[in-house]
Amino acid sequence: MNSLPLGSRIGALLGRMGLKGRLLVIAIPTVWLLVFFLIPFLVVAKISFSEAAIARPPYLPITEWVDGFFTINLNFGNYMFLLEDPLYVAAYLGSVKIAAISTIIALLIGYPMAYLIARSAPERRNLLLMMVILPFWTSFLLRVYAWIGFLKGNGIINNLLMNVGIIDEPLVMLQTDFAVYVGVVYTYLPFMILPLYANLVKLDEAYLEASADLGARPVTTFFTVTLPLSMSGIIAGCMLVFIPAVGEFVIPALLGGPDTLMIGQVLWNEFFSNRDWPIASSVAIVMLFVLVIPIMLLRWAQASGGGES
Amino acid sequence: MSEATPVPDAKPWNDPSAVPFLQINNVTKKFGSFTAVNNVSLDVYKGEIFCLLGGSGCGKSTLLRMLSGFEDLSSGQIIIDGQDQAGIAPYDRPTNMMFQSYALFPHMSVEKNIAYGLKRDGLPKAEIATRVTEMLSLVQMDDFATRKPHQLSGGQRQRVALARSLVKKPKLLMLDEPLGALDKKLREETQFELINIQESLGVTFVVVTHDQEEAMTLSSRIGVMTAGQIVQVGTPREIYEFPQNRFVADFIGSVNIFEGRITEDGEDHVMVRSPDAGGDIYVPHGISGVIGQKVAVAVRPEKVQISKGDLGDLRNKLSGTIDEIAYLGNSSVYQVRLDSGKMLRVSQSNQARSEESALTYKDRVNLGWAGSAGIVVTS
Ligand SMILES: Nc1ncnc2c1ncn2[C@@H]1O[C@H](COP(=O)(O)OP(=O)(O)OP(=O)(O)O)[C@@H](O)[C@H]1O
Ligand SMILES: [Mg+2]
Repeated sequence: MNSLPLGSRIGALLGRMGLKGRLLVIAIPTVWLLVFFLIPFLVVAKISFSEAAIARPPYLPITEWVDGFFTINLNFGNYMFLLEDPLYVAAYLGSVKIAAISTIIALLIGYPMAYLIARSAPERRNLLLMMVILPFWTSFLLRVYAWIGFLKGNGIINNLLMNVGIIDEPLVMLQTDFAVYVGVVYTYLPFMILPLYANLVKLDEAYLEASADLGARPVTTFFTVTLPLSMSGIIAGCMLVFIPAVGEFVIPALLGGPDTLMIGQVLWNEFFSNRDWPIASSVAIVMLFVLVIPIMLLRWAQASGGGES
Repeated sequence: MSEATPVPDAKPWNDPSAVPFLQINNVTKKFGSFTAVNNVSLDVYKGEIFCLLGGSGCGKSTLLRMLSGFEDLSSGQIIIDGQDQAGIAPYDRPTNMMFQSYALFPHMSVEKNIAYGLKRDGLPKAEIATRVTEMLSLVQMDDFATRKPHQLSGGQRQRVALARSLVKKPKLLMLDEPLGALDKKLREETQFELINIQESLGVTFVVVTHDQEEAMTLSSRIGVMTAGQIVQVGTPREIYEFPQNRFVADFIGSVNIFEGRITEDGEDHVMVRSPDAGGDIYVPHGISGVIGQKVAVAVRPEKVQISKGDLGDLRNKLSGTIDEIAYLGNSSVYQVRLDSGKMLRVSQSNQARSEESALTYKDRVNLGWAGSAGIVVTS
């Protein structure tokens, strides 16, 4: 027994527990999802149906024993409140708008980059991809802070423009929606480029040749062949940018202004400033449902992207 | 069209004043240090079905890709219809190509694939629809118009690819292995359709194929390629009956090769002394060589007569023992061990064989062929 390598001993142990091969392969991600997604989700969902209280934790339990009966007190008031107070609706819409516009900008910048990387010589591709991924090696916070230095009144961009003489007065860029767009697009661009690259690099050059052979100029070929064939990559990239951007709160907090309204910030305020956990939880649950549609789209894109070519 | 119109230029390649439709002049293509196409020169005349025949990797596809404009030439010149193609983009060339890999657009249905080229020309919708329907029925794919390529079998994809390249009726149509995945019956039908299309539209074809029989059936002329070079160009008959070298003799059909040296160079014949044959072989006209020169004599298996009895008046006579018999239905192929030890391949039409003369394994047989059956090939 001792002479067996460690791996097979663990395997034998798991086997005795009834976990073998295929089952194990399915079991690991299932357990992962259960522990890190489903259970926290249920906890948050539970809190969202409770009432706020000055207590620790700061909400009332939703189940209790009243006169020997087990009773559940579901409180839909939090959700009603979200609908009644225009702040929340505006924050959801604001987040979706900022995320959507950022996604489109990221697509317009990311597609050509992904295309060029995919069409460059194979030995240069890794280097170029490396450069796309490189920013991940430094802290995200640090990089967003760096943008403050670029965008502020006497920051690098304004100084440069004034020295060249293009502008006389510094432009107000920091603490505007513009700065938020810059921050979001900058931060999430790699998530756009990577799935697009993975898609475009698989695109068989023969299709482009066939198109040219049949009389299509490069622009036509792009719109009739390349673009439709990369649609699953486009959807995957857009969703990978859109979904986290909707919930983003660091970037609007650091770069945005007083009227930048995003749901991530609202959630943060409810949770940490107001200590209203039930409202914060219901905000989170609603956000999740807002994101269900794009998540389904993403799954569809991944499924069809895997089946193609 | 039904009446065969007398074609004055039936063999334009024999007419020195005829202007070739496609001129390939000393074209070379190098990939790094590897030469895929080596100094190829070739003239193809209007209305020809020209077959490029050669083994795998000999550069056939590369040559077509240069004609289509997908590969730059390392050197040389390509002229189509009087126009030098240097610097002309693929989408501006008067050519269409059927790709060896088919390259059907996976996101388009069969009919959209076929219509693609016509749409690029901005034809009216109604005309596009008629021509697509025409093509679909030509390749017998009417029932599959709305399918996507991944829902088709290999042969069906091949037919769609063929239809897509044919539908634009280009001046020069290049087909890279167009019929390889089709069954025998459909292949023969499609071959005749290609010939019909050629006759009715006057399209010039360059067809790549591995299949000699197909090359024989289809082509006006054949170019045999090996290792990036064209080794012989000629009509199917010329290529088969008068191969210029051993490679061609060997590649097209099967052949018996006798190594030897010229011992006599007469007025109207040469004698080749071949240890393989155990004697001299008589070859009328052919090359005039030097005495002692090393040559080989090629004899097609169907030109050799075989009998247990006397063969009568034949110029070349040998004898041997039957080693193996393969019955092919319409003919039989015998492997005969000659007295010199060499194996000789002989094929005989079964129709001519009567029961009593039936040859069997281990039979002693006489073999022979007419003087004119042998061809002297050098190199
Ligand atoms: N892009 C390329 N880079 C390097 N070598 C190439 C390239 N394309 C073709 N070759 C080489 O050139 C040679 C000729 O290739 P080609 O595709 O023309 O062969 P082919 O005659 O069409 O063969 P097949 O009958 O198998 O299709 C091959 O040895 C191939 O490996
Ligand atoms: Mg090929």
